Amino acid sequence: MSIEIVNVGKRFGDFVALDDVSVSIPSGRLTALLGPSGGGKSTLLRIIAGLERADTGKVEIEGVDATRLPPQKRNVGFVFQHYAAFKHLTVRRNVAFGLEIRKRPKDEVRSRVDELLALVHLEQFAERLPAQLSGGQRQRMALARALAVEPTVLLLDEPFGALDAKVRKELRDWLRRLHDEVHVTTVFVTHDQEEALEVADEIVVINEGRVEQIGSPDDLYDQPANEFVMRFLGPVTQLGDQLVRPHDLRLSTDLTGTTGAAARVTRVTRIGFEIRVDVATTGGQPVTVTLTRNEFLALGIEVDSDVRVSLTPGSPTTTVSAPTQPPTKAPALTPTP
Amino acid sequence: MAEHLIAARTQVGRRPGRYVLRIVVTAYLFFLVAWPLYLVGRNAFADGLTSLNDILTDPDVTHALRLSVVIAVAAVVINTVFGVGISILLVRYDFPGKRTLNALLDMPLSVSPIVVGLALVLVYGGREGWFGPTLESAGLQIIFAVPGMVLATVFVALPLVIREVVPVLQEVGDEQEQAARSLGANAVQTFRRITLPAIKWGVIYGVVLSLARSLGEFGAVKVVSGNVLGETRTATLVVEEKYLNFDKGGSYATAFLLALVAVACIIVVSVLRPKEDR
Repeated sequence: MSIEIVNVGKRFGDFVALDDVSVSIPSGRLTALLGPSGGGKSTLLRIIAGLERADTGKVEIEGVDATRLPPQKRNVGFVFQHYAAFKHLTVRRNVAFGLEIRKRPKDEVRSRVDELLALVHLEQFAERLPAQLSGGQRQRMALARALAVEPTVLLLDEPFGALDAKVRKELRDWLRRLHDEVHVTTVFVTHDQEEALEVADEIVVINEGRVEQIGSPDDLYDQPANEFVMRFLGPVTQLGDQLVRPHDLRLSTDLTGTTGAAARVTRVTRIGFEIRVDVATTGGQPVTVTLTRNEFLALGIEVDSDVRVSLTPGSPTTTVSAPTQPPTKAPALTPTP
Repeated sequence: MAEHLIAARTQVGRRPGRYVLRIVVTAYLFFLVAWPLYLVGRNAFADGLTSLNDILTDPDVTHALRLSVVIAVAAVVINTVFGVGISILLVRYDFPGKRTLNALLDMPLSVSPIVVGLALVLVYGGREGWFGPTLESAGLQIIFAVPGMVLATVFVALPLVIREVVPVLQEVGDEQEQAARSLGANAVQTFRRITLPAIKWGVIYGVVLSLARSLGEFGAVKVVSGNVLGETRTATLVVEEKYLNFDKGGSYATAFLLALVAVACIIVVSVLRPKEDR
């Protein structure tokens, strides 16, 4: 295990940012810390980097107890949401910074920086100032700068959070490919479950200062440990006391069956390639079902049609703790950044 | 871009209002600043170069000018070092009493310099001061000597560097410093390579303002200097003394020199300062 976090706690005044958190982060993999804003995931990352000091607990990086080490002795690369580019230095000098601090010979610095600039596709921008780069380019520069010192672990704090949707998606793919090339242990913080599911090998879900679940994207999606993880990772709807994914529900016009619940269609909404059908059970419970266009056409239903709604066998469900929850249409996707 | 927007908005809107405002501001500055300063210059050269020549050949005046420069430079160096230090303390750290310290730092601007002078005499005065006799017996005279004059000048110009640097530090934020730390830089390296270049213009502006203020300091210095001719008389004290002795030419010429240095400082900085350094 590359990073061991043992019983770490952190408070800011009365606010408990981390409550007795223990996580093991595997070597050489890409791990996401996923959770809503203010849930403590950035604090955990900053504690790993040494930018924040834990009140209690222990941090170990590659077998070395780093709990009391200052950031400059931890050999971690840190990438900030807002790039933290050294504004008065050129791209080349930015990337070279860590090597110059380490007093490496000039030739070595030059060749290493050239190599890194090629890796992040910024060769032709070497002599520019950060202000002359776009957001995505600045973030790639920041990544090259962090990688230059050959860190034991690479930490990224909402690295794509300040970029627009298109660039964010590009950089996400690019980070995945970069990691497949470089293989440095990487931990990144995100509140975007799609980003985590798409990029990470392993996801740690953190909420209100506690770890909710640790696992691969498939584990988390198919076997959510609790209601929070279920809700956070994707759209959910409620059928009886079960929380289910709307696309795991089936509708049937055969009203003689005994599986599922009788319901009446209240609304049909078309969203791109999928159709959202809102139904109300005879008990008055609103349920959302998403169907593909073909499924929908095959059923031939419309508003006020009577249907039976049932769950596809083997689908993930969790039991709802508080029965008064309103029906959730969208996942808790992007809380205020 | 913001400039374009503002320009566009004012052009659509209140054109006559803008001209009235311009005229009022220009007239105000003209009568308050430009015209009086110009008159000082004109009076200095009323007899051609004779007045200027006279003071520059008077050993007492040249001594006073040199003393002014020495004191101002010493005060600026001290204020810059401590000013940058205090600014970093105020912006980057939290500690009890921070608000009090912040308020205390504005005191020198609000207290009359003459009060500052008297206060320093009370503490460091050679005979009756609280601390003075001890220092004096150790062979260090503060009041009626150059150290006291530097002290008074430091006191008066204390907030200038801080008030220039603090907002810049706040705006720059600490992410660049954290990035430098995570890349292996220690505190000194981070300060020299990252913090200092980022706040450079704030520091330079603070230094120039302090220099101008220190050269022109009069009240506090007058109290603590003893105003001994050829020893502890600074340029500003020369101006007063010559003026009171009806040596108008000499006083205007000295005043002109003082004003010239201050104006030159400001001009040099505004020329050097990059436009909208992002």
